[in-house]
Amino acid sequence: MARKNEIMKKAVGIDYSKFQTSTIAFDYEKMMRETGYTLQEVQEIQRSVGVGNTPLLELKNLTALVRKISPKGKGARIFLKDEACNPSGSFKDRRAAVSVYHAKKLGYKGVVAATSGNYGAAVASQAAMRNLDCIIVQECYDSRKVGQPEILEKQRKCECYGAEVVQLTVGPELFYTFLRILEETGYFNASLYSPYGIAGVETLGYEVAMQCREQIGKDPDVVVITHAGGGNVTGTARGLIKAGAVNTKVVGASVDLTGLHMASDKDFNRKSFTTGHTGFGIPFATWPDRSDVPRSAARPLRYLDRYVTIKQGEVFYITEALAQLEGLERGPAGNTSLTAAFYLAQEMDEDQIIVVQETEYTGAGKHHMAQLSFAKENGIEVKFGNPEDERAGTNIILPEHPSLIRARDVDLIKLKKSYIKNCIENYKVDEITEKDAEFLAEDTKLTLEEVKNILSEINVKVVK
Amino acid sequence: MEIVKKGTYVQVHQIVLNVGERAANLPEETQKVPLEMWVKGYLNHDAKLGDEVEITTLTNRVVKGKLVEVNPCYKHDFGKFVPEILKIGQDLRRMLKDGE
Repeated sequence: MARKNEIMKKAVGIDYSKFQTSTIAFDYEKMMRETGYTLQEVQEIQRSVGVGNTPLLELKNLTALVRKISPKGKGARIFLKDEACNPSGSFKDRRAAVSVYHAKKLGYKGVVAATSGNYGAAVASQAAMRNLDCIIVQECYDSRKVGQPEILEKQRKCECYGAEVVQLTVGPELFYTFLRILEETGYFNASLYSPYGIAGVETLGYEVAMQCREQIGKDPDVVVITHAGGGNVTGTARGLIKAGAVNTKVVGASVDLTGLHMASDKDFNRKSFTTGHTGFGIPFATWPDRSDVPRSAARPLRYLDRYVTIKQGEVFYITEALAQLEGLERGPAGNTSLTAAFYLAQEMDEDQIIVVQETEYTGAGKHHMAQLSFAKENGIEVKFGNPEDERAGTNIILPEHPSLIRARDVDLIKLKKSYIKNCIENYKVDEITEKDAEFLAEDTKLTLEEVKNILSEINVKVVK
Repeated sequence: MEIVKKGTYVQVHQIVLNVGERAANLPEETQKVPLEMWVKGYLNHDAKLGDEVEITTLTNRVVKGKLVEVNPCYKHDFGKFVPEILKIGQDLRRMLKDGE
């Protein structure tokens, strides 16, 4: 562990100390500029491997359903960016495309990624295209060797692209195994949180804006983004800004798994979502640098205008609705933001546009039938009712009626305060510089004044 | 017990961290169990199921562990039929058609 920084430097090819400007502060934009690629370069890299340029589909029947349950004049048009059309079936191909391209360019023989989700399949697919070795490290089983069906499917998919998959039981010590493999192989760390990984998602936000202009003649009013580690929000929002869609509101959405511990051997198989949930969404928003690189390029609080949560049962319900009403069978995790949009559209006017920026592939294990069946086997009650009564790990409540679906606001100010507090605690300081305070303002989308007020509340002085 | 031949594709199991070696901040139920790992590769020598063996993985790493499966296969599926799902589609289609 003492060698962590050295291993990371070798495995990501970035000297993060170059961007550090004060104790807490670092030059985020400089890091993105100097180590990332321009939007145009990313577009070319992605085009060369068949990634991106996915269709933007109008969900007319779902919009009609929204209007049936909305007050008169309400019910925005819902559009969906069908990211399942990427080579490995999710938007994660965008992130993997840049990382793997970069690894190849720098002469690495292989790539390693620690992920139980779609990103593993994306890295494996991109590595196959570029003829690189690939190792995916997964948190997969509980101590009974019962695996989440969704993760087992991801193992299969990674292996079908020729990757080696290392499977572990529950626990954050996965990171030690990951580091040991990086050290042993000398492969590239295809981290989700490197500037390459984030630059890869910028094209998604950019395409959303451009396609809306082409197809509808205006920018979207709202873009809803599934929020987990922060990269999806950060990259998409940066892409929207690069396209000049500066008035588009960025809304993050996560599945509410409150009460379930992410490192619990017992809770592991009592949750039906392995990503896109609050177990990642909240900790990564309030401490983005918890990731596998020294400074994460995913910094969601910089971009979020609003953050909402939805319930597991609601996502399964909307997943079925998408198949039955729109003829699109897609994986449940990717429909997190669609579920939030279904509610948010009811608050918006009929002439407004709400875009859901991703879908993901579906199949055995990674399907609402498989997830609900697995939940029942693990003692979770599945029933119709009011989703407000859902308690993660105890029951899954399918809404009795679509009007019962809700997006519940998370207090962003509270998260921002918590992030600032974490900075003070983790850097073990009792006073910070003006530069640090300015950085915190940028990193939380607050004014310098607001940051200083928060700092004085926790008795931290700002010195010159 | 049957001999598994050298060169067969297998899965091995290894304890990465024993109980007592696990990270301090874990919930109790995770502290009480070891951190386990499974890796697949080609068997480097003849062995029997349950033996401590050595394999060579697809990326040419040599990994040791207990031999647990030969030609490991995928067993995940769509689960048992969940009738509730069927009702969702029927309800929604009716709502759209009839205007409820």
